[in-house]
Amino acid sequence: MKKIFKLEDLDCPNCTAKIEVDVTKIDGVESAAINFLSQKMVIECDESKVTEIAKLIKKIVKKYEPDVEMIEL
Amino acid sequence: MKKIKKRFKVVLVGLIAFAIAMIVDKIFEPSNNVTLIMFLVVYIIVGNDVVRSAVHNIIRGQLFDEQFLMTLATVCAFLVGAYPEGAAVMLFYQIGELFQSYALYNSRKSISELMDIRPDYANVIRNGEIEKVSPDEVHIEDIIVIKPGEKIPLDGVVTEGSSALDTKALTGESMPRDVNSGDEILSGCINLTGNLSVKVTKSFGESTVSKILDLVENAGNKKAKTENFITKFARYYTPIVVICAVALALVPSFILGFDHFSTWIYRAMIFLVVSCPCALVISVPLSFFGGLGASSKQGVLVKGSNYLEVVSKIDTVVFDKTGTLTKGTFNVTKISVAKDFPDLYEEDLLKYAACAEFYSNHPIAISLRKAYGKVIVDSQISGVEEIQGHGILANIEGKQVLAGNAKLMKKYQIEFIETDQVGTVVYLAIDGKHSGYIVIADEVKQDAVHAIAALKKAGIKNVVMLTGDNKEIAEKIANEIGITKVYSELLPQDKVMKLEEIMSESQSGTAFVGDGVNDAPVLARADVGIAMGGMGSDAAIEAADIVIMTDEPSKIATVIKISKKTLKIAKQNIVFALGVKLIVLVLGALGMASMWLAVFADVGVSFIAIINSMRAMKS
Repeated sequence: MKKIFKLEDLDCPNCTAKIEVDVTKIDGVESAAINFLSQKMVIECDESKVTEIAKLIKKIVKKYEPDVEMIEL
Repeated sequence: MKKIKKRFKVVLVGLIAFAIAMIVDKIFEPSNNVTLIMFLVVYIIVGNDVVRSAVHNIIRGQLFDEQFLMTLATVCAFLVGAYPEGAAVMLFYQIGELFQSYALYNSRKSISELMDIRPDYANVIRNGEIEKVSPDEVHIEDIIVIKPGEKIPLDGVVTEGSSALDTKALTGESMPRDVNSGDEILSGCINLTGNLSVKVTKSFGESTVSKILDLVENAGNKKAKTENFITKFARYYTPIVVICAVALALVPSFILGFDHFSTWIYRAMIFLVVSCPCALVISVPLSFFGGLGASSKQGVLVKGSNYLEVVSKIDTVVFDKTGTLTKGTFNVTKISVAKDFPDLYEEDLLKYAACAEFYSNHPIAISLRKAYGKVIVDSQISGVEEIQGHGILANIEGKQVLAGNAKLMKKYQIEFIETDQVGTVVYLAIDGKHSGYIVIADEVKQDAVHAIAALKKAGIKNVVMLTGDNKEIAEKIANEIGITKVYSELLPQDKVMKLEEIMSESQSGTAFVGDGVNDAPVLARADVGIAMGGMGSDAAIEAADIVIMTDEPSKIATVIKISKKTLKIAKQNIVFALGVKLIVLVLGALGMASMWLAVFADVGVSFIAIINSMRAMKS
């Protein structure tokens, strides 16, 4: 399934790239793309694992960019 | 914005504190310890959040990020006794970051303003009253009311009222479009002058505005090769420069002795400051986004940065004919009155034809009536008889009129000269005598000639036309607009084969431009598929990579120009950022660069690169 997250206050492009790489490595995530300009992350993932995946993503985002607020859309 | 304001305060207070410290230091020349304390205070004011997040990141196992590198560099500066520089580097880093986030904020804002077509509400009539609801709560067949100044929230048909619409957001066209009762209107336009009642024909999710927004918002997800290259590059760049810094700090001292240890540490710090890859990583996608924005402004929607990159390199453009180079609608293009009828005017001939075809729903009949444009009094028409495959026999104003093809004339043994005009020819005979003919044909789009010329000017070597139409018509139209290579009478599957043949001859990529349903496979097969969005079918738009909302073929040259400019800017940024960093690294290693220059090479360069990227947005 397709899931979109808003990453508010995302302003380090290098961290964005790192987040993208790490999110792609999560088990159950098929693809992840962050649009740096619209501050949105689109992922293709396994529907049954969606809550766990969201938690893991939040952790990754906080690791690289502690100031970024992640909102599920 | 909150972050920017916070940083602005920090920078302002820091600047004042730094100035005071510098003045005190110069005038009173205090002892070493006093100087250290003064600049340490300044450092804490400007750098405390940077140091804090650096520590925070180290705890989370996140080395080599910007904050960490800056903290390390400045702490080392203090350790080797360069107090003012330690504080100043942090201060300038903060100023640079401030400029950078402000520039980023601005470019994000201007790009999102460009896309500001999402309607917030719809005025729907429920139980006889107007209710303000979210557009996705409106159903098909509902009646909505749109007041002047409001956005059209859903696609529909006007049932009442007339107005002018601003279609700029969809088509880039600045002339308002007049609409009246019965006209179809598209969501995303703005109602300018009058109240409109509209019957909704598509749900919000299926409406034009949703489709366009979806397309534009997802455009950034498909990344260009240049973009991917730079993020990959950044992943290696930082660790390599950091390793070099460590080597620079230690190796010379081990060889030459530790007398100048602090000098080498200072030079290594310069490496650390320069090692951040942000300028590179930020400016390339920003350039592409600017290019996508510039295209949308022109009414051309590009579905991803990767297509912008491909389109900048193509050398071949293949066109479909009908609906792409021609209008795809049939119009009267010529009226010729026979010489034996001196009293008969073109207008009269058209009137007879329109009257004869009054009861027919054939496309030819419709275009004849449209061309005549006046009210037809049906009491003047009698005895209408349709002769299958030939035409019509009717009694108009007491005269016997024959209107149809050459076969009809022959069938009634009427003497006439067959014309070699291209298109559908309607011959007329009044009271058994040939009175002239009317030609109905598809018209070439106004800008088609200009479009082909502009493509050649933009460096396209090979322009080809493919069509299912017959050879005569195809060649005439190709000739008219300046295309030399034409393949006609092609079936849909032939088009794919022909395209593949053309693609194999192309050096650097082929674009296909089409509109119809049967174009979808061809659009998908080409390196870049370009669809006419205004009149194109949904399937074609889905399969295409670039959609031209205005239906103008000349926009292809426009988008090629924009793409070339975008690529140029992206390359400039890469060369500039890498070049400056490399120079500073070399100068730093040789002891010819100061920490100040290093800070410029980091944040100053990103700032300039962002400003440069925004040029891509202006077309």
